[in-house]
Amino acid sequence: MTEENTAPEEEVSEETVEEVDLGPVAYGVPVTESFGQTVLHPAPDQLIETVTVLQQDGFCMVIDLTVVDYLTHPGRTDLPAAVTPQRFEVVVALINHQQSTRIRLRVQAGNNQPTVPSLFDLFPGTEAMEREAWDLFGVTFTDHPDHSRILMPDDWEGHPLRKDHAVGDIPVQFSTTVGN
Amino acid sequence: MTADDLTLALGDPERVHRREQSAVLRVNESDAEALTGDPENPEDDHRMILNMGPQHPSTHGVLRLMLEMEGETVMRSKPVIGYLHTGMEKTAEGLTYLQGPTNVTRMDYAAPLFSELAFSLTVEKLLSIEVPARATWIRMLMCELNRVSSHLLFQATNGMDLGAVSMMIYGWREREEILRFFEKVTGLRMNHNYIRPGGVAADLHDGWRQDVRELLDMLPARLKEYDTLLTNQPIFQERLQGVGVLNPAEALALSATGPILRSTGYSWDLRRHAPYMFYDQVDFDVVVGTWGDCFDRYAIRQNEIRESLRIIEQILDLMPEGDYRVQNKKVTPPPRVRIDESMEALIHHFKIFTEGFHVPEGEAYVAVESPRGELGCYIVSDGTPKPYRMHIRGPSFVNLQTLPHLMEGGLIADGVAVISSVDPIMGEVDR
Repeated sequence: MTEENTAPEEEVSEETVEEVDLGPVAYGVPVTESFGQTVLHPAPDQLIETVTVLQQDGFCMVIDLTVVDYLTHPGRTDLPAAVTPQRFEVVVALINHQQSTRIRLRVQAGNNQPTVPSLFDLFPGTEAMEREAWDLFGVTFTDHPDHSRILMPDDWEGHPLRKDHAVGDIPVQFSTTVGN
Repeated sequence: MTADDLTLALGDPERVHRREQSAVLRVNESDAEALTGDPENPEDDHRMILNMGPQHPSTHGVLRLMLEMEGETVMRSKPVIGYLHTGMEKTAEGLTYLQGPTNVTRMDYAAPLFSELAFSLTVEKLLSIEVPARATWIRMLMCELNRVSSHLLFQATNGMDLGAVSMMIYGWREREEILRFFEKVTGLRMNHNYIRPGGVAADLHDGWRQDVRELLDMLPARLKEYDTLLTNQPIFQERLQGVGVLNPAEALALSATGPILRSTGYSWDLRRHAPYMFYDQVDFDVVVGTWGDCFDRYAIRQNEIRESLRIIEQILDLMPEGDYRVQNKKVTPPPRVRIDESMEALIHHFKIFTEGFHVPEGEAYVAVESPRGELGCYIVSDGTPKPYRMHIRGPSFVNLQTLPHLMEGGLIADGVAVISSVDPIMGEVDR
């Protein structure tokens, strides 16, 4: 009786230890699922490595790159235990044409000076998307070939899609200086 | 960092080339102004940087280009955008989910129903609701008609840009017939706010079959006229063939979608390869090109009109009876009659139009095939009646990156043909 009782207890404890320590992992990073789509959660320094592996794996296009500012919604519940939520999250969507599957990367980019490596060398199509992310959210993409504003004027101050950039608090700026 | 350092850092000469000598002119206006040349000096490369737009008839609104010219030849170029930027993604954070489509419909104003569709599908995914079959078939009917009207607009402006001015009148004329049908169904010619989370705003009117039938009878004959006027015309062919060539690898690397990607001979259409709605139940062909030039992009759109008409033909037979919106009292406003009869209906009505309906916490991305390529919508919900973040992946915005690569080494006169063949809608580029 005692042997039978102890054996399953050991198994249970092993399982719980595994879950707490790692959680499900794919491509070497924590993975979750959102409405049938796979979501990977690499750290900024794992991003290039992860995307390189994904590219070799048949994900032939970065279809979308954007940022979410979680300033006023910090307690989100859809992150795996291994990932610490941070204010800025860079969201990269890749697509695999052969298998017609999609994968999404959610990178915690930081709280104050969000920085992630640029994906330009792997996917040149991210150039405009990363410029937009810098312009509207102030996320720095290291090694980006043209790290400049794209939608706002060159002399604009601030990053308008941040949650602390209130709507309507700045009068319309008519650019007098030579800008972009 | 010098070129050698970069080679060391990146370990791949091709990557260095892409950064240093590619077709993209990565210089801002003040730096460009500081560059001076000496026309008397034979050592000088005689390149000049020229501004084109934003007020230029061929730039489809307010696209501006910085062109590095060597004589008549475009070397590098840079699209300068943002003139129509009105912060629509920020606006979306202040609108309820029911008001959301009024906002996104103003992005791609030539194909507004697709933005509404992408938005509504994403919200429905977050809500985990399924719309009735009739609503989905109505959405498909309207979207395919919208694809036709959008491509007709392209035919009109493309002809106009190349000097075939009469094409402008013909393309506009046919498009107006479709917009007239839209007006009957949605009440508006453009910016319909017709496709909403939970279904569509209103059922099709009596006699819609007859109206659609008339369009189906009229358009094929008109397309034949276009073939005589443009497709088989030597001057037109000469103007487009071999101009603005892209290969499949470049198109994939630059994240190009839609007719630009398909013109390179690469078959990728979300309707076929990742079917959404009921596109797996209708019969149609994915049109692909061969050479990836301006003519292929023209011909693809011309033939996509025919494929859309084929789909519409089938929808006429497949359209089921039933409800045009989901009967979920938390999402759909009750019918006017019910408000007089039921206190509960009145409360639901009041709640939906004041507070809006709550969407469970989560994030989702849904993509549809718009006339210009993959139109995606990414929504993050924090459980309140307004999206925490709403992002639209505009195909025009991403496709515009191919422009410098298409124009490189061509004549400036061909640049006009190239801009036209990319078919950017600036409302969607700038959002």
